[in-house]
Amino acid sequence: MDIIITGLLLGGTYALIAFGLNLQYGVARIMNLANGEFLVLGALAAFWIFVADAISPVLTMLVVAPLAFFGNWVIYIALLRPLVRRAKTQGHLEVDSILATFGMSFALVGIMVSIHGEYFTYSYLAEPFEIFGETFALNRIIAFCFALLIGGLLWLWLYFTRPGMAMRAVSVSTEASGLVGINVPKMSALAFALGGAVTTMGGTLISTFITLDASVGVIFTMKALIIIMGGVGDIRGAIVAALILGLVETMVARLIDPGLTLAAAYAIFVLILLFRPQGLFGRRPS
Amino acid sequence: MSRDSSISSLVWAGVLLLLAACVPLVANGYWMSIALTIAMFTVLTTSWALFSGPTHYISLATAAFFGVGGYLVGTGMSDFGMGFWPMVAIAPLVGAVLAFLIGVATLRLSGVYFVIFTLGLAEMIRTLVSWIQNNFTGSRGLYVLTDLSEADIYLYLVILAAAVYFVGWWVNRSRLGFALRIIGNDETVARHVGINTAMSKVILFTFSGFVAALVGALIAPRYTYIEPNGVFSPELSFIVVIMALLGGTGRLWGPIVGVIPFALLQEYINANYSNYSTLVLGIAFLVIVYFLPSGVVGRIEQALARKGRSTW
Repeated sequence: MDIIITGLLLGGTYALIAFGLNLQYGVARIMNLANGEFLVLGALAAFWIFVADAISPVLTMLVVAPLAFFGNWVIYIALLRPLVRRAKTQGHLEVDSILATFGMSFALVGIMVSIHGEYFTYSYLAEPFEIFGETFALNRIIAFCFALLIGGLLWLWLYFTRPGMAMRAVSVSTEASGLVGINVPKMSALAFALGGAVTTMGGTLISTFITLDASVGVIFTMKALIIIMGGVGDIRGAIVAALILGLVETMVARLIDPGLTLAAAYAIFVLILLFRPQGLFGRRPS
Repeated sequence: MSRDSSISSLVWAGVLLLLAACVPLVANGYWMSIALTIAMFTVLTTSWALFSGPTHYISLATAAFFGVGGYLVGTGMSDFGMGFWPMVAIAPLVGAVLAFLIGVATLRLSGVYFVIFTLGLAEMIRTLVSWIQNNFTGSRGLYVLTDLSEADIYLYLVILAAAVYFVGWWVNRSRLGFALRIIGNDETVARHVGINTAMSKVILFTFSGFVAALVGALIAPRYTYIEPNGVFSPELSFIVVIMALLGGTGRLWGPIVGVIPFALLQEYINANYSNYSTLVLGIAFLVIVYFLPSGVVGRIEQALARKGRSTW
């Protein structure tokens, strides 16, 4: 029971991070491998401000989100849009964006290591909280609630507003949405920036209960991608995949060895690749 | 690319390799060690480019195979009392089988999944190996004690480089190489003209896994003491990608053009500014994407073509 709830709480935060990457990949068509580094940046900001002034990470998040939004927007306009223009095919853009975002990822890690080379250790709300007669750390529950809140707001925005609808249209087809008068370049930049901001907020939340360090971002990029794979074709699949990932990782860490969580994530990766490459709820292409 | 398959290019390569084999006669100590690093990366990048060059699938699995090779030699000699050479024979076969399985599972799908899968592979195998060591075999560090000198290992690697180069030359002339170039240009077209795209990719990926594991095994005596955290360092995969793309993958010998300057740069950075090595990798990636998309060799060839003085 304890494992299941802890796993689900973790899965909720994973789902939020994957949401960020999905906006960048699904709408802006950029496979952003520096996504995990923005998560770590969010964690670093939370750690830094908390240690310096004892300001709650939740407040930090409100400051970090617009900064990350702006930072990602600049990156898209300055570095990635030239690649989009240059690319002859989707495959070409994929290779270029992978290499470019790798470069950004390494550069960011290099900068962060020079700012703070050790673990981002701080203690926020590490207090007991009881659910169903069992105790959990309050920070995990707070993080989960905020992940739910941010994810929920984004979902409402995507499904019940005009810009949200435009964004979903771009994710279906860039060409067709351009033909019906949607400003595709602007929407792509917006989606990329929004995705970056969401991931960074996820990083701030995660740092309250997991100790991160400057070079761990790439692991989170991978987890986000595994979740996205589960959600190909249907957003529900991504949520289920995130919860499964959180559950399995928690189970393996508690019951076998904490060192094997990455191997567990890989096992899920391989299983999806082999049996459900069309996503957990997607249909097989005819 | 077709010019690569001529007999004369093979002769040129032979001459260069003979020159490379003479390096131990003049170099010693510090420079021998650098030459060994360059030889190691030459083999790794050339075999990497055989697969990733024509297909544009960026493989980051080099460190995983390299680590498997090095680790198998270490555990074989320390835990199971095997000799060095039997382990050198086993290691590349294990690397090839591993590459084959990964290829079959991931190469059917789009390039992104393949990149991400190979990205964490070295790290995943490292955690698995550490776990097995902690719980079952007991020993943490593994010793590889042989009486091979750096010059000996260097010569083996030069021979291996010659073999890899020859295989690449032969593949370029064969139907397989032609198929790979079509896959790289347009995979849908390739499938429609009856090429078994998945199998062609898997064959070359398996070969690159075989070679990387063999290099890892051969170079193990250099480190004497093998530790999972060392041999599975994911950085190696990225360095190989940078070196190959810096030189240019359009030519069989392109990657070598990137290996030598980047190996020297790395040597310099690690000696003087080791805190910035990650940052340098990042900048190298960005420079390649934005300024040298077809590598140094590609850039030079473009310039020559523009002047209309292309003699070869």
